[in-house]
Amino acid sequence: MSTDNKKTLLSIKDLTLYFNTQKGPVQAVDGVFFDLGYKEAVVILGESGCGKSSLAKALLRLLPRNVARYDGQVYLEGEEIMAMDEEQYRQNVRWVRMSLVPQAAMNSLNPVLKVGEQVAEPMIIHHGVKKEEALVQAAKMFQHVGVPVDFLDRYAFELSGGMRQRVAIAMSLVTAPAVVILDEPTSALDVLTQANIFNVLKRLKKELEVSFILITHDIATSSELADRVAVMYAGQIVEVSDAHSFFREPLHPYSRMLMASVPRLRANQEPEYITGQPPSLLNPPTGCRFSARCPKRFAKCSEEPPIINVDGIQVKCWLYAN
Amino acid sequence: MNSIKKFFTELLQYPSAFIGMMYIIGLVIFSIYVVIALPYDEAISLWRGDENTWYKTPRTAQPKWVNWFREEDLPETFSFNSADQLDTKTEEFSNGTNKILISFPFEYNSELFPQEVSLYFKSNYDAKQPFVNVKLITPDGRTINLNSFSIGRTHTYRLSQDQKLQRKFFGISPEKGIFVDPTLDNDDPTLLKAVPGTYELVVEGVAFEENSSLDAELIVYGHVYGWAGTDHRRRDISIALMWGAPVALTFGLLSALGTTITTMIIAAVGTWYGGWIDEVIQRITEVNLILPFLSILIMIGTFYSKSLWVMLIAVIALSIFGGAIKGFRAVFLQIKEAPYVEAARAYGASNWRIIMQYLVPRIVPLLIPQLVILIPANVFLEASLNIINLGDPVLPTWGKLIQNGVGNGALTQGYYYWVLEPAFVLLITGLSFALVGFSMDRIFNPRLRGV
Repeated sequence: MSTDNKKTLLSIKDLTLYFNTQKGPVQAVDGVFFDLGYKEAVVILGESGCGKSSLAKALLRLLPRNVARYDGQVYLEGEEIMAMDEEQYRQNVRWVRMSLVPQAAMNSLNPVLKVGEQVAEPMIIHHGVKKEEALVQAAKMFQHVGVPVDFLDRYAFELSGGMRQRVAIAMSLVTAPAVVILDEPTSALDVLTQANIFNVLKRLKKELEVSFILITHDIATSSELADRVAVMYAGQIVEVSDAHSFFREPLHPYSRMLMASVPRLRANQEPEYITGQPPSLLNPPTGCRFSARCPKRFAKCSEEPPIINVDGIQVKCWLYAN
Repeated sequence: MNSIKKFFTELLQYPSAFIGMMYIIGLVIFSIYVVIALPYDEAISLWRGDENTWYKTPRTAQPKWVNWFREEDLPETFSFNSADQLDTKTEEFSNGTNKILISFPFEYNSELFPQEVSLYFKSNYDAKQPFVNVKLITPDGRTINLNSFSIGRTHTYRLSQDQKLQRKFFGISPEKGIFVDPTLDNDDPTLLKAVPGTYELVVEGVAFEENSSLDAELIVYGHVYGWAGTDHRRRDISIALMWGAPVALTFGLLSALGTTITTMIIAAVGTWYGGWIDEVIQRITEVNLILPFLSILIMIGTFYSKSLWVMLIAVIALSIFGGAIKGFRAVFLQIKEAPYVEAARAYGASNWRIIMQYLVPRIVPLLIPQLVILIPANVFLEASLNIINLGDPVLPTWGKLIQNGVGNGALTQGYYYWVLEPAFVLLITGLSFALVGFSMDRIFNPRLRGV
């Protein structure tokens, strides 16, 4: 649960998204839960293929055709948005109150639109404003994310990767949503540009009334922005913790090993790695999904672990069940 | 605006494209000029006009420029009208009769004979018809009495068809007989030659009422007319050649535009929505592809209407679900999966907006060359429809000219210009569009660029 002095902006309970494949249903997102407060940043950490991006898709209802199961409860400012029909959702939620900086944001700009028009598009679509007004708004957003205003008239291919990423962020912010989901915003960027983008995000969090859900596998850079951390493994949330205690000492064995795998500068210490591979989401093991790779495995682990509250930290592991 | 300018600069670096472009621009300007200078109603009434409209022109005359290639010029048509040229007419009134003398002196310079000689009379009277006597004075001073007859309010005397006169000239047709030298006894009628010099045609008229009047118009028909010649109904072929340009352009452009744009949108809609919509579109396309295009057009032309507009709609309707849908679909499927399209869906762009602003603009570069090449294809189609007798019955078009020419023996009787002129403009038009289209394809389609 979020700390008591902050009201909950977004509350996700038991969010589930399965895909149909020829081999059977893939449990990409399985009973995901976490809360997000106002002006707060939650980092969703996890390795590749653990369902992070599917979670983003599930939240914004950008579902592919082969959805097998899609349910759960998502409360946005107290309103249950899972119950809305598609048109209501499009008009009231998507990009109005919750927007996305998609993965590979550098390719997510329309090559035949000028980036200014591209950033203005959500304004035109959702608020029905005139193009000129929308462009004024877009220019404002460009200043926020640190893109020179004269770039408004450029095409995406005329911009560098970092600039394109900033434009994508500007596009997600132009309609002043309450929640912005950043799906791997700095993948495929060099470290300097990554640092720049994170500085921009930090500044935006201060300047604008916006909360971030940051989806990443990059623990080091995410610590810059995080207020709270949710760790995902094999489609499930295994730990939700405040950033301070998480980065000092995470509770779940997976989180610990994840932290230990981060290389340290100039330290005479080999980064550790987790043996084995994450389980197939087609047919996940019963009980704890991490048990096969867990060094602290014991008999109880073959049963589904409950979510245990340890001093405000939620962790899904039998180790903490008294 | 800038990119269009850039595109044209690039296009005009291909000499073939430059030539094609110049021709197309010229054709468009010419078409606009034709529609303004010779409005539709006027052109149609001329083209559908009968002998009364066209009595002043020779039948199946060659264009004037054939004289540039001949040693001996073919004679041109000339005419006199006593109503316009007052000095040709003298009137004398005495004893209740009005003696009218009309004299047309003319210089005949060719050794070749005219095609026909005709006199058109107009008179005004209450009860008693005027009477005329027509005679010809030759350069050597002989006077040939041609005929005498009484005339109604209008009367046409076709000298060439005067049987009595033909007998008088021993079987030589009268338009030749009046010009030959009778002292030269030539048995071979093909070697007959006209005697150049000043001839004078005299009409001696007698009107029997004080207020009656009489006017005559002499027309000596030559063998050449205008820059395009005339057809079997004396109509000036240039009218159809000129009006053929706007008709061909309109048909070609409208059908090409109508087809490609609707095809593109249908393909985009089908690909975007997928599912049963796509299935239905694909099945319709497959069925449509095996329908016999020409046979359906022939059926429509035979049982319903041959109007150009009906044919245009039929052509568009039959081509919309054509092979192009498959090609467009292949490209759209690729674009549909692009990250920026998913992003657009994420920020809530409606389906229609995604189709029109995200999918369609990407295919325009592929579409334009195809469109340009489709225009002449449809121009040819329109001409072909004419040739198999499915042309618009009213409009003068290039295909119609060819069909008329072939149907009236142009190829067997040597009226080559009648068929070759429209065939030539069709050819040049098709070639120009093809040249521009291929160059555009080279610009838009990087794979075709030389390495």
